[in-house]
Amino acid sequence: MKSALRLAVVLLALVLAGTLMAAILELPGANQSLPAAVAAHMAVSGVEHPVTAVLLNFRGYDTLLEVAVLLLALLGIGAAVHAGSETEDGGAEGDPVLAALARLLTPLLILAAGYLLWAGAHRPGGAFQAAAVLAGAAVLLHLSGQMPAWSSPGLLLRLGLAGGLLIFLALAAGLLGQGALLRYPPEYAGALILLIEASLTISLGLILAGLFLMLAGRRGGA
Amino acid sequence: MTLSFAFDLLLALALLWSAWRSLATPDLTRAVVMFIVFGLLLALAWARLSATDIALAEAAIGAGLTGALLLDALGAWRRAAKDDES
Repeated sequence: MKSALRLAVVLLALVLAGTLMAAILELPGANQSLPAAVAAHMAVSGVEHPVTAVLLNFRGYDTLLEVAVLLLALLGIGAAVHAGSETEDGGAEGDPVLAALARLLTPLLILAAGYLLWAGAHRPGGAFQAAAVLAGAAVLLHLSGQMPAWSSPGLLLRLGLAGGLLIFLALAAGLLGQGALLRYPPEYAGALILLIEASLTISLGLILAGLFLMLAGRRGGA
Repeated sequence: MTLSFAFDLLLALALLWSAWRSLATPDLTRAVVMFIVFGLLLALAWARLSATDIALAEAAIGAGLTGALLLDALGAWRRAAKDDES
């Protein structure tokens, strides 16, 4: 009985996979070459790296919504943690070697995040990667017992979490006069993208770290 | 040409193998470690496809942060289970 069920599931999965493959093969070819379209507009994008130009300029609203989704996910976790028991947890008790390594690595990780953010304008890198490095530094600090979990975030932390999205939204609202959502005037595009990316790096770093540190705050009483 | 093809083939096989091991192993710690290995191999695959941006994001978020979260969840769950026993 169980093996028959398993066989049916495997068959269904194979049929689904085959259908998806057939559907992809059936897709009509794009009637315009997207890489060529991106390359043609690189001059007005304000950056030199095509991926950053697409993420922050040509499809800026996709990125805006992504950040909103991440913030919502964190709010959900925050609500779930608050509903549970509130316990203070100062992090794991320190292993001296790990603690020294974390102290040594944290400034380097912050430097690397800054580099990734700056590099995003002309080579692979950008806000999401830089934020992931920042979040990694925060998790490392927590695991080595040098940063408490965020059981109840204060005003400054809340501002940091929401700041990136708020600045992004404010710029989007301010630029509505340009006629389309997130259409930057070409002469300011580079500076605006850098401003958005810098604030997104900090906020996303805090959000990604928060996914870890807010849950960690609950550990003692879970 | 043939060397890079052999590397790609090896990479693809290693991806499938680590994905399968991660899902099939009964030991949860090993499953998480295989998941991290899978993430790192996937980052390598993205780099081979010249999608450096995605490779960076996959290595940092997919393998690094998600792996740390899974290991942490596993540790918390083990501690909770031990508390229930005693």
